[in-house]
Amino acid sequence: MTVVSGDLATDLTTLETFRNALPYPFCPGCGHGGVLDRLDEALRRLGRDPARTVLVSDIGCSGLSDQYFVTNAFHGLHGRSITYASGIKLADPALEVIVLMGDGSAGIGGAHLLAAARRNVGITVVVMNNLNFGMTGGQHSTTTPSGAVTSTTPGGNLEQPLDLCATVAVNGAAYAHRATQWDDDLADRLVEAIETPGFALLDVWELCTAYFVKGNRLSRRGMEALMEERGFRRGTVVHRAVDEYAAAYRHAHQADAPAAPPAPIAIDHAATLDRPYGVVVAGSAGGRVRSAARLIAEAAVRCGLWATQRDDYPVTVQAGHSVTELLLSPAPQPLAALETPELMVVLSEDGRRRVSSTLRRLRADATVVTVAGVAAPETPARVVVADPGRLARGDATLAVLVTAITALGVLPAQAIRAAASAGAHASANLAAIEAATSLPLG
Amino acid sequence: MREYVDGNAAIVRGAVAAGCTFFAGYPITPASGILMAMMRELPARGGVAIQGEDEIASIGMCIGAAMAGSRAMTATSGPGMSLMGENLGLAIMGEVPLVVVDVQRLGPATGGATTVGQGDVQFARWGTPGGFPTIALAPTDAADAYRLTIRAFELADRFRCPVVLLTDKEVATTLTTVDAAAFAPVAVVERELATAGAPYRYAPAADVPALRRYGAGDAFRFTGSTHDERAMITKDRPTVDALNRHLAAKVEKHVEELTLVELDWQPGARTLVVSYGVTAGAARAAVEAARQRGRAVASLVIRSLWPVPEAAIRAALGGIERVIVPELNLGQYRREIERLTGDREVIGVNRVDGDLIGLEEILEAVG
Repeated sequence: MTVVSGDLATDLTTLETFRNALPYPFCPGCGHGGVLDRLDEALRRLGRDPARTVLVSDIGCSGLSDQYFVTNAFHGLHGRSITYASGIKLADPALEVIVLMGDGSAGIGGAHLLAAARRNVGITVVVMNNLNFGMTGGQHSTTTPSGAVTSTTPGGNLEQPLDLCATVAVNGAAYAHRATQWDDDLADRLVEAIETPGFALLDVWELCTAYFVKGNRLSRRGMEALMEERGFRRGTVVHRAVDEYAAAYRHAHQADAPAAPPAPIAIDHAATLDRPYGVVVAGSAGGRVRSAARLIAEAAVRCGLWATQRDDYPVTVQAGHSVTELLLSPAPQPLAALETPELMVVLSEDGRRRVSSTLRRLRADATVVTVAGVAAPETPARVVVADPGRLARGDATLAVLVTAITALGVLPAQAIRAAASAGAHASANLAAIEAATSLPLG
Repeated sequence: MREYVDGNAAIVRGAVAAGCTFFAGYPITPASGILMAMMRELPARGGVAIQGEDEIASIGMCIGAAMAGSRAMTATSGPGMSLMGENLGLAIMGEVPLVVVDVQRLGPATGGATTVGQGDVQFARWGTPGGFPTIALAPTDAADAYRLTIRAFELADRFRCPVVLLTDKEVATTLTTVDAAAFAPVAVVERELATAGAPYRYAPAADVPALRRYGAGDAFRFTGSTHDERAMITKDRPTVDALNRHLAAKVEKHVEELTLVELDWQPGARTLVVSYGVTAGAARAAVEAARQRGRAVASLVIRSLWPVPEAAIRAALGGIERVIVPELNLGQYRREIERLTGDREVIGVNRVDGDLIGLEEILEAVG
């Protein structure tokens, strides 16, 4: 088997390196090249298939890394590498997915870091953490130590640095380990991280010789002392068994069967309606306005009519108005505002206020049905008051609507009963419909 | 047999029919119905549906999944489209097949979460830096939403690019009666995947090379930086020029194939009503009403908003003196029409109050 990347071919059976022949582009003394060599060593020891391994790089100097390997590569947007890696792993859990990012990417993509730790998608994230933005001019990052001088903290950094390992560890990650570019066991820890099911993070502290070292006169010894002093000790912070998300997702859904498509509605009743008929039901949230209107619409469909239902409600779900416009017609009608409905059922003050302009422009032969407690609507149409008696509010909505629809001869009661029988909450709805037929209208 | 459904449900059925295997989305009114339904539909079919930590993660996961072989879709509304803008550019640059549903609501900013608008029309085209073309389709009703969702998946695969399904609160959440036959199943076409060689090709500029998939065949590269055909980052000017011209040409040179319009012509018509999306309903009804009053009026409904079907629009302008463009924005697509109409009078009928345009308003403009 031959693996091709760039112009370079390698025989997999004797794969001695996951590196291609291109030299690294990093500054003298930069830690990135050494970390990538350890990654190469780890992949060799694991015997991974480069064609089934994806290196997902982020942006910045570390974002160049993927170009020096013979594996698959994905080089995307700044801070979003974890999202691409998660998508790849979720789509094909058999792929080995490794993210290479800098501390800048970990900061801008912080929400993704948290979510990845909590989800435990089986990806490995290597943060090449050189404590500042190396590519864009040595600005401070989320991991810059307090007091450190950078191009954007000339008087010393006033922010607390983000503890990457502690953050992912406390949020559920399977593995977190803090290292430096000089650690002898870095390849071992990379092997460990890659082999850990679930989310694994390696926080590898490095020197940025172009900026951070110059601004802070930092050496290897200085960095090691700083880590000790500030409580960022080297070592494994967490290593625990978790359910890898992509596998757990498939396991959780293995018994799922596709839901049957909704049963089509048979045309088994008839109505006499010979022109478009508009109905507005205006009530309050929680009053089952939409479901009552839907039942009437389904009854109309059973009668061979074409029904359209536009709902209007505020963003709050259980407060404020709930208004539904229903258009029933012997022929399909375009989706348009219902300007002059034939019937308006006004069930609450919230609803009345919302539809007050429609009430005013009704034709004189239109009908408005209200209930006790609703102020007299200002309208040229005929107004009648229905009494739903002691029915609960939701049942009263359906009962009053059915009363009006049947009394005005819009739809036969049998069609409404048939729709109720076929739908959810059949017995409660049927009871409300029975209550309706005995209601006095006007 | 008929069904009583809303546009969001129709979009979900279209996606399933088209072979969608991956969905990631973030809750947002009025697109949440798609997210919730996909959570039920995809895992039961061996696919994956996931709620991302935000819209950026959602489209990011879709892009990753697409490169690992999934047919991917996300759905959002205006505020989420803003967050997805940068990744739309990545999908263009990396030539990723992807369907993005934008259920438009009234903007700007949080705007009206439960009120209708068509304010993302230009945003769908220009919502990512660089200005490279996208494909956008606009359904007029629920049955149309089913068909155009399937078409969006076909075009995403055909052109290896993101396709925006530009719908709105009213089409997406209004329950309507649909003939059950409108949901006829379609044959899912197997993707032609390449398993070796360069993942990109820039000549001929308008051609689209077969997609690569991680894990199938040789290793390959993907990048959002300017790159050569093997996806190695480059600043070599002839290569960068060829890349960028290819990204434009592969969409713009195929406008004819992408054009979806419905011309309802009438002999002697001097007035043409051009509409799209939810507004097409009132426009068609107004044209019908005007004809009953003895007026000769033509109607052009545009379903493929981007790239602009210029030839089809020009063809509809024969003998026309006045063009009326109703939209739920302040004239975003009218400017595309005005580019093509020469000296003709172009009149906008516009609403940005969260309600639909009524046929009376269009009739008034028809005169």
